Amino acid sequence: MIQIAIFLVIGLSILGFVAGRGRASAFSKGRTAAAVRPHSRPNHHGAHVLLWALIPALLVVASSMALVPALVNDAVLSSLPVAQQPQSQMDRAALLEEVRAIASGQSMGGFIEASQSLVPAYKVANTKFNGIAAALAVLVAVIGGLFGFSKVRPDFRARTRVERLTMTVLFMASLIAILTTIGIVGSLLFESIRFFGMVSPVEFLFGTHWSPQMSSSGAAAGSYGAIPLFWGTVFIGAIIAMIVAIPFGLMSAIYLTQYAAPKVRSWLKPILELLAGVPTVVYGYFAALTIAPPLRDFAVSIGITGASSESALAAGLVMGVMIIPFVSSMADDSIAAVPQAMRDGSLAMGATPSETIKRVLIPAALPGIVGGVLLAVSRAIGETMIVVMAAGLAANLTANPFASVTTVTTQIVQLMTGDTEFDSPKTLAAFALGLVLFLVTLALNIIALRVVKKYREAYD
Amino acid sequence: MSNTESASTLKMTARNVDIFYGEKQAINNVSIDVSMEHVTAFIGPSGCGKSTFLRTLNRMNDTISSARVTGDIRLDGHDIYAPDMDVVQLRARVGMVFQKPNPFPKSIYENIAYGPRIHGLATGKSEMDEIVEKSLRRAGLWDEVKDRLADSGTALSGGQQQRLCIARAIAVDPEVILMDEPCSALDPIATAKIEELIHELRGRYAMVIVTHNMQQAARVSQRTAFFHLGTLVEYGETSDIFTNPREEKTKDYITGRYG
Repeated sequence: MIQIAIFLVIGLSILGFVAGRGRASAFSKGRTAAAVRPHSRPNHHGAHVLLWALIPALLVVASSMALVPALVNDAVLSSLPVAQQPQSQMDRAALLEEVRAIASGQSMGGFIEASQSLVPAYKVANTKFNGIAAALAVLVAVIGGLFGFSKVRPDFRARTRVERLTMTVLFMASLIAILTTIGIVGSLLFESIRFFGMVSPVEFLFGTHWSPQMSSSGAAAGSYGAIPLFWGTVFIGAIIAMIVAIPFGLMSAIYLTQYAAPKVRSWLKPILELLAGVPTVVYGYFAALTIAPPLRDFAVSIGITGASSESALAAGLVMGVMIIPFVSSMADDSIAAVPQAMRDGSLAMGATPSETIKRVLIPAALPGIVGGVLLAVSRAIGETMIVVMAAGLAANLTANPFASVTTVTTQIVQLMTGDTEFDSPKTLAAFALGLVLFLVTLALNIIALRVVKKYREAYD
Repeated sequence: MSNTESASTLKMTARNVDIFYGEKQAINNVSIDVSMEHVTAFIGPSGCGKSTFLRTLNRMNDTISSARVTGDIRLDGHDIYAPDMDVVQLRARVGMVFQKPNPFPKSIYENIAYGPRIHGLATGKSEMDEIVEKSLRRAGLWDEVKDRLADSGTALSGGQQQRLCIARAIAVDPEVILMDEPCSALDPIATAKIEELIHELRGRYAMVIVTHNMQQAARVSQRTAFFHLGTLVEYGETSDIFTNPREEKTKDYITGRYG
């Protein structure tokens, strides 16, 4: 019933648009020199009529969706004699739920005797109230449309109104991402505060022992020292991965900007950027199945103790490879932004191209490159799938790259998967870890963007 | 004209030079001489090819992949486009100053020391200090910057930046200095300083200056070449070109009838 009403309302709105536009174009065509020059285009008038027909009617539909079930419930209950009415809130809800299920054909019979007898009453009430709502919506659409249509006059400022509404919609769209982020931060903060009510922040931030799986909700102390996690994250994401990503990314950027023929560049650069689109889980397989076992065998063969098949090195190397396109593209942009005049100036003094790159271009592009590396680090420490698959779960505080370490993101996944209770420190710890990760990456991004911006200004 | 000069002062010679950008011909059959004792000015309306021609004299056009040069350009009798000519060594001998001052984002000292360092001209700190001071003195910038050599070269004023670029070019001890509209981004006072500098440097270096300012050509040069649409219309003594041009086109241009 309501669905038909919605279609009708939309149809009426389109009709209103066509009518409003038609009327508006009629007076702008037949205009004499003395007449008022129309303020708005016919399309604006049409849109204005459409909005008047559509929006109030949709508001009616929306409010009816909230009101009708309650009205139906009341009607159904009041059809029962007072003596038979269920006493508790819960019984009443169960009864009504069953009646609704039988009436809509999802269920054949009920556990509650009374339900079967109430079905006819439910159907009657449902039809009645939905019918009223639908009729009301269509009526509002007609009235709104007629009101809008009556406003179509040469001097009516339909454009201003339509554009104001458009602007509001655009503004709301831009707010959605920001508001959602604020919501996420809020929930992270809220849950983290609950966590820190159970575990002291000092222990969490500076403790070196992490074994939340061992702790019951009562005996939390001593199991939530996150230093091994922070170390593992930094070791994999900021040290090993960057040892791979910075030199290779930089060298590829130098090749692409300085040496590659335009033709080579035109296919090499897109391919490199395409790599950024490979799902990280695929890199994860690669790290865990292809890279990690040979690394372990190698470590064992040269006699390194503590070598594990889930090693920091395997995860870090593959993450570094994943980040190469990112570093390369940021460095590429920075080097390309150094004015050609710098390069010419150096070459004109008899510097070789490689001297020019080393001594002029790279130093001049350095702030941009540093900014790019910081962004890459912030991406690497937030990266999840590779470390979940390849880095392991043991919270070791070790500098041995062949040993297993764990990271903040891996532990969040561990703490949040499976059966979880949302009031134990075990689960809440995930929010505290998330908050730390969020704050660190936020800080890195802010610093990086500032560095890059400052550098851009230097050449504008 | 050129046959009045002794062969020993001739630094560069260009004969029947054509330059193409892809299919388009930018310079058509140009022959010109650059001598040690004279400043040579290239004048002509925008797009006439004077900067393009200047940039072939130290092969800066090599950086543009579509550019192609034919003809014969010699430095001290050696073909600069010959296979055995190393472009890096050529540019150390034929320096260049650009239209827009382009100091490196380094200190004033490092801007000057850059060239001598890559060419290994100084063996120690004191020798490098000497080269820096000498270059800055020759460029007339020493007194202005001697107390702030560690400041960034980009912090100087436009005119000072351009003199820094000249000092930087001088520091590698070139034989020829090419200047591509060196004053077009500068105010009149800074321009006057650069022109004065060109006078002082004359004789020590062979100099070629591209300018769109005819008074400047008249003031700083002894030889003038007038380019129009990629051809060399007239080349001769600056005083002749400006007072008694042989070609009608030259006369029209210097009297401001077009261009």
